[in-house]
Amino acid sequence: MKAISKSFHGIHANQDINLFVESGEILGLLGENGAGKTTLMNILYGLYQPDSGQIKINDKTIRINNPIESINHGIGMVHQHFMLVQNHSVIENIALGYKDTPFFFPKIKIKDKVEQFSRQFDFHIDITKKIWQLSAGEQQRVEIIKALLNGADLLILDEPTSVLTPLEIKELIYILREMKAKGHMIIFISHKLDEIMDICDRVLVLQKGRIVGAADTKDTDKKSLARMMVGRDVVFNINREKLTKGKKTLSVENINVIGDKGLLAVKNISFELFKNEIFGIAGVSGNGQRELAEAITGIRPILSGKVKMNGQDITNKGPRHIYDNGVSHVPEERIRFGIAPGLFLYDNAILKQHHLKKFSQRYFLKYDQVKNHTKTIVKEFKVSTHSINNQIRNLSGGNIQKLILGREISEQPQLLVASHPTYGLDVGATEFLRKHLLEIRKQGSAVLLFSEDLEEIFELCDRIAVIFNGEIMAVLDSDDKRFSDIGLMMAGSIRIDPMEKQEC
Amino acid sequence: MEDIIISTLQRAMVAGTPLLLATTGEVICERSGILNLGVEGVMSMGAVVAFIVTMTTGQPWLGVLAALASGMMFSIIHAFASVTLQANQVVSGLAMTMLGLGLSGMLGKPYVGKPLLIKMEDWVIPYLSDIPYLGKILFSQGPFFYIAIFLALAAWFLLERTRLGIQIRSTGENPKATETQGVNVFKLKYLSVIIGGGFSALAGAHLSISYSKSWIEGMTAGRGWIAIALTIFALWNPARAIWAAFLFGGIFVVQYLLQPLGISPNFLAMLPYIATLLILLLISLKDPKKLNAPAMLGEPYKRSER
Repeated sequence: MKAISKSFHGIHANQDINLFVESGEILGLLGENGAGKTTLMNILYGLYQPDSGQIKINDKTIRINNPIESINHGIGMVHQHFMLVQNHSVIENIALGYKDTPFFFPKIKIKDKVEQFSRQFDFHIDITKKIWQLSAGEQQRVEIIKALLNGADLLILDEPTSVLTPLEIKELIYILREMKAKGHMIIFISHKLDEIMDICDRVLVLQKGRIVGAADTKDTDKKSLARMMVGRDVVFNINREKLTKGKKTLSVENINVIGDKGLLAVKNISFELFKNEIFGIAGVSGNGQRELAEAITGIRPILSGKVKMNGQDITNKGPRHIYDNGVSHVPEERIRFGIAPGLFLYDNAILKQHHLKKFSQRYFLKYDQVKNHTKTIVKEFKVSTHSINNQIRNLSGGNIQKLILGREISEQPQLLVASHPTYGLDVGATEFLRKHLLEIRKQGSAVLLFSEDLEEIFELCDRIAVIFNGEIMAVLDSDDKRFSDIGLMMAGSIRIDPMEKQEC
Repeated sequence: MEDIIISTLQRAMVAGTPLLLATTGEVICERSGILNLGVEGVMSMGAVVAFIVTMTTGQPWLGVLAALASGMMFSIIHAFASVTLQANQVVSGLAMTMLGLGLSGMLGKPYVGKPLLIKMEDWVIPYLSDIPYLGKILFSQGPFFYIAIFLALAAWFLLERTRLGIQIRSTGENPKATETQGVNVFKLKYLSVIIGGGFSALAGAHLSISYSKSWIEGMTAGRGWIAIALTIFALWNPARAIWAAFLFGGIFVVQYLLQPLGISPNFLAMLPYIATLLILLLISLKDPKKLNAPAMLGEPYKRSER
């Protein structure tokens, strides 16, 4: 691939990327979420078209317009979220994607071929089982068979280990080595350093859509890769004025929370949060941040452990009760969870406060007050809209987020839980929101900030916890020198015990 | 007594035929993920078109073909709304029902009450029809009966034993995954809706030119809605639809049997609809996982750009 560029709505997802793979080689593609790894691979698989650049196979320039052409060129892809029909059997899923599936009796006719393949690589899969009966590892093997059956020379694996158990990861690595020995090329996308070092021959590091480093894994070490991935040595912020910690606001004690998949997503996490403090939780998304935020704000049940607000137990209380105890929440996925898109601005401005005396009287809302309140938010938070009698879906992401923040902090919360508050916003809105977070910190609130953006974390936070796989890897002051290894902590390679802190 | 039972069962087969045709069509349609609540309207259109064409040409088979074509063409409206425009399928389907009922009523106005003198001969299967009891019930029926059973079996074969069937079912389960396998999801949905419409229209044709041999407005009498319920009852399986449809055919007929016993005819006329409600109630008690409903039924599929 040569000089590939692609942008979405003016944001560069990939810029000037050059990449090559040789047969019998495993190439690692390393980078944080949103670095453009998946976009690049989707271009190669024909799901997106590059804005510029070329793709060559065996020195021949080709154009890949859709997945079928890509398959015909010998490219196979295993998506991060498996492209499988859950209610269908393994063999039906394979028949769906296999290009030589006969029209009549497809299941019977391709059975032998599938079994032969599955024996060749030691897959052990019962092909009559339904997909939903299989473990994640087995499902992944179905995806690999699908690609191999179509004659894939180049197999792209997008975050293949993110859904696997440690044992399944070992089996996957074994399979990949086997394939490599048979001359297949593999592109292995991951943000986990250990795996990249373990599996790949060569590694490319992507950051903000550009390639920022390349190395043979035998000539490099985890530390320098981590530095390349994060992009810089950590820069400390100057704008944040020093404030003395106030009294304890929130305490989280050994909580365990179950995630959507039914597995433990938050494992025995404890921390404390004080007045006049921003506490950051850094980590690659999907490591338990969402579940933790939802547990604290009362949306998700807590399995065990305690959450206390000013010494009062709020564990597993309703969201309204927790809100009334001074906890506000700026949720992630603002469109889905933060607003009601079809309602007007002024309805959205009081989504949580409608029951307060100042906005309602028995069964009726006091629309005058509601509208005045909305106008104040719009003015103070510089929400640009032509009118508050406007459906909120017509606003840009940044303006929606400003309104949400305005709503959440208008009642002077004692604690604000903010999940990825600036995700996907432009520079101006980001700056504005960050300033406001610092502002409410000064006014005496505590802020629990979840973010993937390290720059943001270091700019805003007084203390930072690094989360990986539902566990906290370290809790340090944000100017602690040991954060030069934050990349390793986020990848789960280093853990700093809270006890060590006192020694330093 | 024997005669009564045989003739009741025989008539149950006849009454079940349109239900089977319409249910099979709806199964194919829903398996691709599109809910079509317009069955009643399409059926009514099929009935009136078949009747008019048969009456004017004297050719019942021409009437059947015309009904088939009209049903398929009429269904394109629903396919366009729900696939291309990604509109709400419930609303679009209800509109189809109202439009179909209204349009057929208007087209059929001059034909109301006119008897159809052309008769479709029963297909008496040699030898098999000589089997005691069964021969009379199953092997000396009108052509629609055999066509319906054949088509239901063919639909089952198509869905379960062909590549196209896997593609259609995958579309209804997970259109995104299906598309990444290089399948044209939109084309398949159109195809399924149109085929389903053809089946509904056949059911209507049976009603007007074979079952009652006349046309009056509203003669479909809710059979389209029953077919939609039967689709669920048959767990989206055309083979299972066969006995489900004839069971309901039996309920339609049993009212004539019970009338002499002094039960109110108004109550008896309600029976099929009460049975439908009961069935839906029972089915909803079942574990949804085992229900086998297409996972993305009724959800418009949008290609996600980013």
